[in-house]
Amino acid sequence: MSEKQGIIREINGPILTIRLPGIRNGEQVKIGELGLFGEVIALKGETALVQSYESTEGVRPGEPVIGLGRPLSVELGPGLLGSIFDGVQRPLDKVLLASGDHIGRGIHLPALDRERLWHFVPEPASEIGSTLSPGQLIGRVQESAIIQHRILVPPDLSGELLELAPEGDYRLDDPIGQLKLSDGRSRKLKLYHNWPVRTPRPYRRRDHGLSPLITGQRILDTFFPLLKGGKSAVPGPFGAGKTVVQQQIARWSNADIVIYVGCGERGNELVDVLETFPQLQDPYSGHRLMERTLLVANTSNMPVVAREASIYVGITMAEYYRDQGYDVVLLADSTSRWAEALREVSGRLGQMPVEDGYPAYLASRLAAFYERAGRVEAQNGATGSVTLIGAVSPPGGDFSEPVTAHTKEIIQTFWALSKELADARHYPAIDWVGSFSEHVATAAQWWHREISPDWQRRRGQALGLLARDAELARIVNLVGPEALSSAQRWELEGAALIKEGVLQQSALDPVDTFASPEKQFLLLEMMLTIYDRGAELIELGISVQELTDLPLMARARRAKQTYSSEQCDQIRTLMEEFRQAFAKIRLEYAKFKEHTQ
Amino acid sequence: MSAREYRTVSSAQGSLLVVRQAPAVAFGDQVLIRDHRNQLRHGQVIRCSEAEALIQVFEGTGDLDLENTWVRFLDQPLEINLAPEILGRIFNGLGKPKDNRPPILSNVRRNVNGSAINPAARTYPREFIQTGISSIDGLNSLVRGQKLPIFSASGLPHNRLAAQIVRQARLVDEESSFSVVFAAMGVSYADARFFQEEFADSGVLGNVVMYINLADDPPVERLALPRVALTAAEYLAFDLDRHVLVVLTDMTNYAEALREVATAKGDVPSRKGYPGYLYSDLAELYERSGRIKDRHGSVTLVPVVTMPSDDITHPIPDLTGYITEGQIVLSRELHNQGVYPPVFISPSLSRLMKDGIGKGDTREDHPRVANQLYALYAKALETRNLAAIIGAEELSERDRRYLRFAEAFDSQFIGQGEDEDRSIIETLNLAWELLSMFPKDMLTRVSETDLARYHRSDK
Repeated sequence: MSEKQGIIREINGPILTIRLPGIRNGEQVKIGELGLFGEVIALKGETALVQSYESTEGVRPGEPVIGLGRPLSVELGPGLLGSIFDGVQRPLDKVLLASGDHIGRGIHLPALDRERLWHFVPEPASEIGSTLSPGQLIGRVQESAIIQHRILVPPDLSGELLELAPEGDYRLDDPIGQLKLSDGRSRKLKLYHNWPVRTPRPYRRRDHGLSPLITGQRILDTFFPLLKGGKSAVPGPFGAGKTVVQQQIARWSNADIVIYVGCGERGNELVDVLETFPQLQDPYSGHRLMERTLLVANTSNMPVVAREASIYVGITMAEYYRDQGYDVVLLADSTSRWAEALREVSGRLGQMPVEDGYPAYLASRLAAFYERAGRVEAQNGATGSVTLIGAVSPPGGDFSEPVTAHTKEIIQTFWALSKELADARHYPAIDWVGSFSEHVATAAQWWHREISPDWQRRRGQALGLLARDAELARIVNLVGPEALSSAQRWELEGAALIKEGVLQQSALDPVDTFASPEKQFLLLEMMLTIYDRGAELIELGISVQELTDLPLMARARRAKQTYSSEQCDQIRTLMEEFRQAFAKIRLEYAKFKEHTQ
Repeated sequence: MSAREYRTVSSAQGSLLVVRQAPAVAFGDQVLIRDHRNQLRHGQVIRCSEAEALIQVFEGTGDLDLENTWVRFLDQPLEINLAPEILGRIFNGLGKPKDNRPPILSNVRRNVNGSAINPAARTYPREFIQTGISSIDGLNSLVRGQKLPIFSASGLPHNRLAAQIVRQARLVDEESSFSVVFAAMGVSYADARFFQEEFADSGVLGNVVMYINLADDPPVERLALPRVALTAAEYLAFDLDRHVLVVLTDMTNYAEALREVATAKGDVPSRKGYPGYLYSDLAELYERSGRIKDRHGSVTLVPVVTMPSDDITHPIPDLTGYITEGQIVLSRELHNQGVYPPVFISPSLSRLMKDGIGKGDTREDHPRVANQLYALYAKALETRNLAAIIGAEELSERDRRYLRFAEAFDSQFIGQGEDEDRSIIETLNLAWELLSMFPKDMLTRVSETDLARYHRSDK
């Protein structure tokens, strides 16, 4: 890794022209006397264009620039979990100690703590003299209370194992083994290795997704399921609740590891995660949520070029845990800001803009990024997955804009947020008309096996009722509610029950914030049972009013926040009360009929 | 180097000046320009190479000639002097006095561009600010360290509302008032005067620092002004431990100045001719608000954005809404009905409200009451639309109740006097008066306990 030195010729915001013969495209550079971080993005003769991850204020033409001989890479090893990094993987808590409340420039700190000792347990199968293949497991470290970090041979190395350290406590820089490569050279193995962020980590084979990612959010799990290893987008105008949806997934999803990339978003939102996650409990393991969470923070006021990098930094760390056999969820909030960073850099380079000023390569970059999601068989045979959930922030809430439109072509699950629903405080404001999931059939197999064979039928029935509701609402808006028949008005009531009792879910309510699959299905089953039984009564001639006036109805609407996921039996009891109440009405009505005849 | 003047100007266009054979000047450095009448102008290096430097001149290049223009590179970025004495003073967009009083002398000098607050240094804002305005306190609560813009439009009373917030804002259990940083970009003389008189009348003038760029002042100065003002705000908050309320008005004028300069520089335009970096640029300003761990002070930001042609999807309000923590939206319809402040609650939102209200902060029923009012109002607006089509007589009794509710809500809850300062408890009691227009079982978003305690049916 030789260091090459050149000089700066021109500075135009975050883009610099340098003269440095022999530098490679993509190579990292140290810029000027401040030693800012940057990356070569184009070569032209002896000059190169560089994008700086830090503000270039105060940098002068003529100052030196040093080529570091490697592309932008991240450190992968124990100590990632529970941390908060910036867009180029600098540990923000260490930066805080080094430069105070505001982020200073030219600070170079290793991402992982070099002083901390980790208890390493070598893998018994890795015998001295055996040949190790790329990605093979050589030992384990307990990284957090719930995550056992598997130490792997770097994906681009293989060879004969010459040495392997015995069980014991090691620092990251301590050698824990030695490999003899095929060309005869030997390489030391450490608890961590580096990997370039723009190169997807290799795997043996790609698999289909099989099981749904359970998020505890009814509209997601029950209506528009996402599989582990799937890719989805959450588009919505500001104020529609993208961030809350993402945070709810980060809190409640049944993934092993959650990586949250705040890309060009609000500083306070990241602080919210930073302050609340260490106190929140993971509903599956019972441990603190922060023990499985990792944050990448490029807030909107941080330099735009680092924003472009942050998403790759996040996904590379996700792939690393995937290779250890974990199910990882990567939340990218928001991919629009990432696309805007692309646009800004391309604009500064004078590249021809196509749609809305975005460069022509927007669609292919987006597709290549989302393609890094998936369920794979890793090089070492373990099965892991990266589920990618990208927030999209369309200008003016217009879903036909380039980023939303291109994203929609790539992803399999689309959770469209609606301004109208948010304005009416219907949260999560996911619009059941505009959303879709290509995973329903696969998810159905899981639901039918684990929860109820009725799942797909009931889901379809509810969506049908909601579609009827939209049709009838149009009629009401034209000619008024009096034009509807009793059966139609009951359909409106049924749809309202689904909306209020199932779809709406409060992230702030301690009970309602998470619903187990069983509770989700029972609530749906209850609302539809009420609707079905009610429809029979209405056919007999009983008035809609009589049914809506039942005091039980308010209890049905409140059931989601009255009964927790552990109190599913009480939902069943309530459902039984409804059956009895309706049977009673039917009986009384029959008597009344008899009497009047 | 700062003593040397260069007479190598090769072009002057709009607000941009190119200087040839300049020394190795640094990106972002300040520049002094002396014209043929020996008058000084200020500028900043916005692009530089070995051969030439591109300079943005805050006062514009009008009346300059290429022969008799001298350029001096100051070898430092745009900085301002800061001292407690800035309170009570008026400055221009570059931090120079505008009140015929001497400049600030101090050894505290700060770069106006600031740098990003480390997210690890932030602490989450959660202290409720009582503005005395029901539509804000009850439904879109402001907390200390938040950035909450007012989305308005021409002819609507956003200035009066901003002034009322400044006058009345305080913490529920604290007497200490806010220090105010008032930043006006491209406002009319009348508007600037209005604020000055407001501050004088309410006796807070000594606690206010004003940065003013009038409509006929150089537009490029508007790009520096909010940065200067926020630097002052950070100083007051994090050096002097004060709680600072920053009013930025009007961000639309700021964005237009940005577009003007971007176009002159030849930047690739994106939506409506605004540069692609408008989002990042606005974020650099808005994100300077907040709270920092172990610091007593805070910066709370209330920018005013007038929506061109009342269009909330216009790039300026749109991008603002993506950065700020909510928005207070004013409505022409309510204004025409004589409702003050004409806050349209449906598109309004406060993202940080959830952690600043409820038990221990305001009152335990607050979050659910807000939620319930929102739901009823949404339903009531639907009913109002229906009534406009089929006539109110055709509505059921149940629906007519919604209409009565909407009426009472607009006039009694949203509407209030310009000097009416309602406590949060008054606001919540008023809310229950309105909620009690409905029977208990129609109020499904409040809890049974709330109903028992506050619903008026039993009283």
